Amino acid sequence: MARHVVARISDIPPGDRKLFTIAGRPIVVFNIRGEFFALLNRCPHQGASLADGLLTGFVNPSKPGKYCYERQGEIIRCPWHGWEFDIATGQSWFDPAKTKVRSYKAQASSGRQLVQGPYKAESFPVSLEEDYVVVDV
Amino acid sequence: MSTTLQTRPAPSAPTPARAVEKIVDCDIHPLPRSPTDIRKYLPERWRSHFDTYGNSFRQPFVGADLWPKPAPYISRRDAYPPGGGPPGSDLAFMREQHLDPFNVEYGVLQVLAPTGSNQRNAEYGAALCSAINDWQLAEWTGLEPRLRGSLVVTQESPDAAVKEIRRHGRNRQFAQVSVAQRTLEPLGRKRYWPIFAEAAAHDLPIGIHTGGFNGHAAVPGGGWCSYYAESHHLIALGMQALLTSMVMEGVFEEFPTLKVVLIEGGLSWIPSLRWRLDGLWQRLGREVPHVKRPPSDYIREHFFFSTQPVDDIEKPEQQRQLFEWIGWEQLLFSSDYPHWDYDDSRYAFKFTMSKEEKRKLSYDNAMAVFRFDRS
Repeated sequence: MARHVVARISDIPPGDRKLFTIAGRPIVVFNIRGEFFALLNRCPHQGASLADGLLTGFVNPSKPGKYCYERQGEIIRCPWHGWEFDIATGQSWFDPAKTKVRSYKAQASSGRQLVQGPYKAESFPVSLEEDYVVVDV
Repeated sequence: MSTTLQTRPAPSAPTPARAVEKIVDCDIHPLPRSPTDIRKYLPERWRSHFDTYGNSFRQPFVGADLWPKPAPYISRRDAYPPGGGPPGSDLAFMREQHLDPFNVEYGVLQVLAPTGSNQRNAEYGAALCSAINDWQLAEWTGLEPRLRGSLVVTQESPDAAVKEIRRHGRNRQFAQVSVAQRTLEPLGRKRYWPIFAEAAAHDLPIGIHTGGFNGHAAVPGGGWCSYYAESHHLIALGMQALLTSMVMEGVFEEFPTLKVVLIEGGLSWIPSLRWRLDGLWQRLGREVPHVKRPPSDYIREHFFFSTQPVDDIEKPEQQRQLFEWIGWEQLLFSSDYPHWDYDDSRYAFKFTMSKEEKRKLSYDNAMAVFRFDRS
């Protein structure tokens, strides 16, 4: 596993996503309310690009006449056949035990931590004053 | 070590690596950029009618689907042309995203909307069908030799349908004659036979794509079903019904060269329907002496089935078993580009096929069924 600096945190605002090639793999990084998550950009069904999917949540049952819409912005729906995955874990909604998309650890790190190394230069000059998104691949 | 910041915009929908083998795709959906695009292909007499009455789909709601679809335009979310317009409306983008990378040698267009085949104003329906056919020639098949059109006709007005088939029948830019899936009478009935005669005379198969109500409730079981997920399956039952009708009415005794392509109708029901019809014919065949041979013979010789959407069968070897039961010669690869339940030719089949099997399914069978460029 190597730590790759892929972007400044300002490059991926909350609610947004960005696609990178890291160590030869297409990886999509999401910012959910300030936390970063990374998934392999290949749906386990037929390989579609999850980066083009719809960010959504779940409508869960509740009392008649009411609905509860939960996990908003935490679920990615494949742009092709609509398979849904929990961005935080890569687990699929319909078969969490066996069907999942590969996920990678992603986090924000300050420039100060990064210059101490080790980090992989997929990357760019790191400034001490800024914060960066780092993905472990 | 440091390199420069990755500043290029994030790529979306990475272009797939070029698939090696050439394929025939039997189901591609072009869409007009705007619903009024076909107006220019209508004769003057019908233009103001079109402006006033538009195009109806003979279903309960105007301008809305009965059930919410999983995606706008029932399409993949990554199929919007960068130049604007809905998925399937831009030929250049269709080439870039689909025809080129997947090495599509021939693609058969299926126009779902607009449509004229469910119009009760029969003359208007015929005019719409002619306009749609002219639109295909002018904006798709005439510009891209790999694409071939579906000759849409008003099957409920067989005279007009025959006239339209004669108008374009010799034009190799059309691959098949297209009729609605749900017809007013079961499709094997004699009122539709002039259409079969004309199509067969031109070596054009009848292509039937799923969908459309044509005034009928979607369900063989009676009434309108509640959910899209429910209705999506019931299409397959409609296909079974029309196949059974064509066999039982003796269509293929009368038209021994006629071919029928069922598109997007599902696959798993085919073997069981064949067994069931053979059993019925053995016991009840006296009622239908015009059905001279077992139904499975007619099905094997005259019906062809597009593969999309491939069922998500649990065990890959079961999918192989299903294909063997259906018969390798009857399967035609289709992608359904750009719809949401699209099949990628590289990943849709979960079991390993031999080179020969893959070639039949992806190419050879379609080349035998459709006349494309043969004289």
